[in-house]
Amino acid sequence: MIKFLTKIDGINNILENNNLLEIEFKKNNIIKIFNELRDNTELNFNQLLDITAVDYPSREFRFDLIYILQSLTKNKKIILKTFIKENENIESITNIHKSADWYERECYDLFGIEFINHPDLRRIMTDYNFEGYPLRKDFPLTGHTEVRYDDLEKKVIYEPVKLTQEFRNFDSESPWEGMENKLFGDEKSTGEN
Amino acid sequence: MKEVELNTTTINFGPQHPAAHGVLRLVVELEGEVVQRAEPHIGLLHRGTEKLIEYKTYLQAVPYFDRLDYVSPMCQEHAFALATENLLGINVPERAKYIRVIFAEITRILNHLLNIPAYAADIGAVTPFLWCFEEREKLLEFHEAVSGARFHAAYFRPGGVHQDMPEGMEEKLFDHFKTLPKFIDDLESLLTNNRILRQRSVDIGIISKLEAIEWGCSGPVLRSAGVAWDLRRSQPYDAYDQVDFEVPVGKKGDCFDRYLVRIEEMRQSISIINQCLNKIKPGPISIEDNKITPPKRNQMKKSMEALIHHFKLFTEGYRVPAGQVYSAVEAPKGEFGVYLVSDGSSKPYRCKIRAPGFAHLQTLDHLSKGHLMADIAAILGSLDIVFGEIDR
Repeated sequence: MIKFLTKIDGINNILENNNLLEIEFKKNNIIKIFNELRDNTELNFNQLLDITAVDYPSREFRFDLIYILQSLTKNKKIILKTFIKENENIESITNIHKSADWYERECYDLFGIEFINHPDLRRIMTDYNFEGYPLRKDFPLTGHTEVRYDDLEKKVIYEPVKLTQEFRNFDSESPWEGMENKLFGDEKSTGEN
Repeated sequence: MKEVELNTTTINFGPQHPAAHGVLRLVVELEGEVVQRAEPHIGLLHRGTEKLIEYKTYLQAVPYFDRLDYVSPMCQEHAFALATENLLGINVPERAKYIRVIFAEITRILNHLLNIPAYAADIGAVTPFLWCFEEREKLLEFHEAVSGARFHAAYFRPGGVHQDMPEGMEEKLFDHFKTLPKFIDDLESLLTNNRILRQRSVDIGIISKLEAIEWGCSGPVLRSAGVAWDLRRSQPYDAYDQVDFEVPVGKKGDCFDRYLVRIEEMRQSISIINQCLNKIKPGPISIEDNKITPPKRNQMKKSMEALIHHFKLFTEGYRVPAGQVYSAVEAPKGEFGVYLVSDGSSKPYRCKIRAPGFAHLQTLDHLSKGHLMADIAAILGSLDIVFGEIDR
């Protein structure tokens, strides 16, 4: 299988671990790659299981965009990965896999990644008129707004979040385990003096 | 000849509607009574589970999985436990594997015992609902006996299961599953040849083999279309390679086939449980590494080491080596997968949950086109929709 995968244009890197193939590809070739993966009889990745992203805010290419494909005939799953900058967009694959429709919408909703030529790119998980992209690392866990029913206005109203108690995120990680073998003052002992 | 212009009516179905199986808002475009377009609006139950898990340790993340698809809790913990174990590179003991399979199958029966009568109730039969709830209660007692909770069990944990089955449990299970096949026969006598059920479900919501694969369907929906695909068979995990079972498939892929596949799956589950009960042997139920699983309570009273391990485990948790993994299980509704990314700390960097219902609900527009408004309820019921997992 790896032999056939390496032949496809635009595939950079193939890693095999835990019985799972991880493949990095160039985002410009996405349509060609997914067509090839589905139609090549030796590969036959006919089911798209999921599309998701991982956010690394410190990187230039901020998002890992992940596609999980399955071949029902070859009994194999692969993970395809490409890297995307914050305001970049990527070609939609709804014409190749029908199930990509909602997966891409979810990805757009939660990460703000835009898919070109998607038939109906709207938010799906979050509230109507929601602002921001919740699964980005810079989005706070508590969110920005809260809702309540207002008895006077007779409707549900949106307000900025008020926490009755300060948000607590304990860092209980022990500094000892996994510590680099360095202590303050170590640099003095190795120097020339 | 006079030309008649047909007007379509748009109606709003849900979010508060008993046949919507939760909080589904459907915008349906009708021409007369025939559905032209059905557009689901989901997300009304979105709780941000994936975001919350990023702020919790691996152990604290387990209970969130019970609350996704709340009618098949243990199968989802199973997926998360497998993913974490995969990253940690550990292998759970034999007994834990069998216990997991037994309870995953009990959970499957529980799920189908809710879905089938709920589906029947959607199309007019009330009695199965009452019957099945009584039977579910008996099975939930087994959940309670091992985990202390009827639904939100948090029983399958990375490294094994939380505690061993109480003494005499094997015999009790064995006795119970002797009587259950009779109940399934009785249930079938109410439904399978019932004229109303057949009128409402045969040839309704047909999905073809190719479409089912293209739309990302899995589980009973995919099998009803005639694809013999079951992760327990094709990519066995835990003790599923030790048991023998059949994979029921449908012919047409309509609502009736989906119902039949579920009935047969319950019988296969009973057979799997019986085989596991014959093969299970005494032994440890979780790996004996106190860096990952907590020490026993009586050890903690005597050993300082054990006490420290316990404290560290429930405050800091354990560190999981950096990497990514996708683990999937055959949940009652279909392929339930967890894509887990670890950065080497004690909290997941990203945990994506692949819910089978999400893909299934997506096909609703396609399945209901050309059917009557009333058939939407039948199709929804047969797809086995639970919003906890779809909205996450």
